[in-house]
Amino acid sequence: MITVSHVSKRYPGGYEALRNVSLRVEPGEMVFVTGHSGAGKSTLLKLVGGIERPSSGSVVINGKNITSMGRASLPFLRRNFGFIFQDHKLLFDRSVYSNAALPLIISGFPRREIARRVRAALDKVGLLDRERARPVALSGGEQQRLCIARAIVNRPAILLADEPTGNLDAAYAAEIITMFKAFNQVGVTVVIATHDVAMIDELGARTVQLDHGAIAS
Amino acid sequence: MSWIFAHFDALRDSMRRLLQQPFATALNVAVFGIALALPCGFYIALDNVARFSRELTSEPQLSLFLTVNADASDVKAVEQRLTRHPAVLEFRFVDRSTALKDLKRASGMSDVLSELESNPLPHAFVVAGRSADPDLLEALRDEASRWPKVEHVQLDSEWARKLDAALKIGRMLVTLLGVLLSFALVAVTFNTIRLQILTRHDEIEVSKLIGATNHFIRRPFLYLGGLQGLLGGFGAWLIVAIAVRMLNHELASFGGLFGMSPSLGHMTLQQITVLMALAALIGWLGAWMSVSRHLWHMDPR
Ligand SMILES: Nc1ncnc2c1ncn2[C@@H]1O[C@H](COP(=O)(O)OP(=O)(O)OP(=O)(O)O)[C@@H](O)[C@H]1O
Ligand SMILES: [Mg+2]
Repeated sequence: MITVSHVSKRYPGGYEALRNVSLRVEPGEMVFVTGHSGAGKSTLLKLVGGIERPSSGSVVINGKNITSMGRASLPFLRRNFGFIFQDHKLLFDRSVYSNAALPLIISGFPRREIARRVRAALDKVGLLDRERARPVALSGGEQQRLCIARAIVNRPAILLADEPTGNLDAAYAAEIITMFKAFNQVGVTVVIATHDVAMIDELGARTVQLDHGAIAS
Repeated sequence: MSWIFAHFDALRDSMRRLLQQPFATALNVAVFGIALALPCGFYIALDNVARFSRELTSEPQLSLFLTVNADASDVKAVEQRLTRHPAVLEFRFVDRSTALKDLKRASGMSDVLSELESNPLPHAFVVAGRSADPDLLEALRDEASRWPKVEHVQLDSEWARKLDAALKIGRMLVTLLGVLLSFALVAVTFNTIRLQILTRHDEIEVSKLIGATNHFIRRPFLYLGGLQGLLGGFGAWLIVAIAVRMLNHELASFGGLFGMSPSLGHMTLQQITVLMALAALIGWLGAWMSVSRHLWHMDPR
C-alpha cells in the first residue's frame, strides 16, 4: 500500500532531514515511526502524504509513483489520506462543524451528505455536542479529537497521524489510542509518528525508528 | 450538480465578505467607478458630438462651380453627366445672374457689385449625394472636378469630415485612457485581493494540505474580484448617467433661450453591458493574478 524506497529529503537551506530511508506498509497494517526530536518523523509522513517532495528516491502509494506526479494531481492524491498534523492546523475562525466539514466541501460532496458524515465523524470522537463551538473553546485533547474527526470524515484508506497524543495526559492519550485501534480494526492503514513509548507498548505494533534521518533498527 | 452548488457557495461567500467590510468595499467600488467613469464619460461625449455633426450634415452636399466662360451647352453637358451619375440623388442649377442678384440682396453691397463691368460669379450646381458616406462624396468631387468647364467642386461637409478625423483621434485617446486605467484597476484588484488572501492564509494552507485544487482555492477570490468589478462598473454607469442628466438639465434651460432643445444621449444598453462585462473581467483578472501568484509560492518543490 505504501512503499518508500531510498528516499532522501534535503530542505531548502541544505539540511538533510532524511537519508536513504526505505519502508513498506501493507494494507490494513498499523506502523509507528519513532525517534528523537528532529529525527525526521514529520518529514517522512509529509513525503508519504504528498505534502513534501523527496529530493531523491521514490514513494509509491497503491501502485502509483507519487514522486513523478504533476502539480495538478497532488490534491487528488492527498484526498486519499486522513492527515493529522503535528500543529493541528485547525481554523480558529470557524466552528467545529465547519472544520470537520472542510475535506468534504473540498471534495465537492452534496450538502446533505456532508452533514451526515460530519455528524458521524464528530460522534465517533465524542464532539457531537460541541459542533457549534469554536476550536479555541476546546481543550487540547478535544482539539486533537477534532483533528481526528477531520481526518476520518472522508473515510480514507490511510491515516497519517503526526504526534496525535502530543501534550496529552495519559488518560486522554489512551482514549485516542483506542480510537486508532478501532480504525485499524475496520481495515484502515495507520501510520503514527510519535515518541510516546507508552502508546507503542500498549498497542504492540510494528515500530520503525528514525535516528538523524536514517532508519535505526 | 454539486459543482453548481460549489459555485453558488463561492458566490455567496464572496458577497458575505464584501458586506462584512462595507467601508473597504465602498472605497474599492468607488475607485473602480470613478476610474471607469472617466473613459466612459469621454466616450459618451464624443458619441454625442458625432451624433450632432451627423444631424447637421444629414444632407450631404457638393457645390460645383463652372468656369466663368462656360456657356449654355457646357451647362447642359454637366447637367447630363449629373443626371446619369449613380452617386447623385438630385441637383439644382444656380444661374450666375440669379446668384449675383441673390448676393446683392443678401450682402447689401449692391452698389459695389453694380460697379462691376461683368458678372464675376460662375454658373453653379448644388448637388445632393445619394449617401452621406464621405468617401463616396469625395470620389464624386474628384471625378466632377475633372469634367470640362468645371472650375471647382466644394464638399460642403468638409468640416464634418475634419471633425470626424478629430473624433477618431479623440476615440483613440479615450481607448488609450481606458486601457491604461484598466491596467491600473487590475493592479488595484491584485492588491485588495492580496490582502484578502493574507487574512485567509491559514484557510488556504489547510485547504491545500487536505486536497483542495488550486481551482477550488481561486474560486471565491475570483468571484470576489469579479463582483467588485461588476459593482464598480455599475458605479461608473451611475456616475455617467448622473452627469448626463445634470448636463441635460443645464442644456435645456440654455437651449430654451434659443428655442432649441438639445440633449445628450445616455449610454446605450449595449454600451452598459460591455462596460459591466469589462469591469467584471478586470476584477476577475486582478484576482486571478493575485491568487495564482500566491499559490505558486505554496506548492512543494
Ligand atoms: N520546512 C523545513 N525547512 C527546513 N528544515 C526543515 C523543515 N522542516 C523540517 N526541517 C528540519 O528537518 C529535520 C527533521 O524535521 P522533522 O519535523 O521531520 O522532525 P521530527 O522527527 O518530526 O521532530 P519532532 O519530534 O520535534 O516533531 C529538523 O532538523 C528540522 O529542523
Ligand atoms: Mg514532527
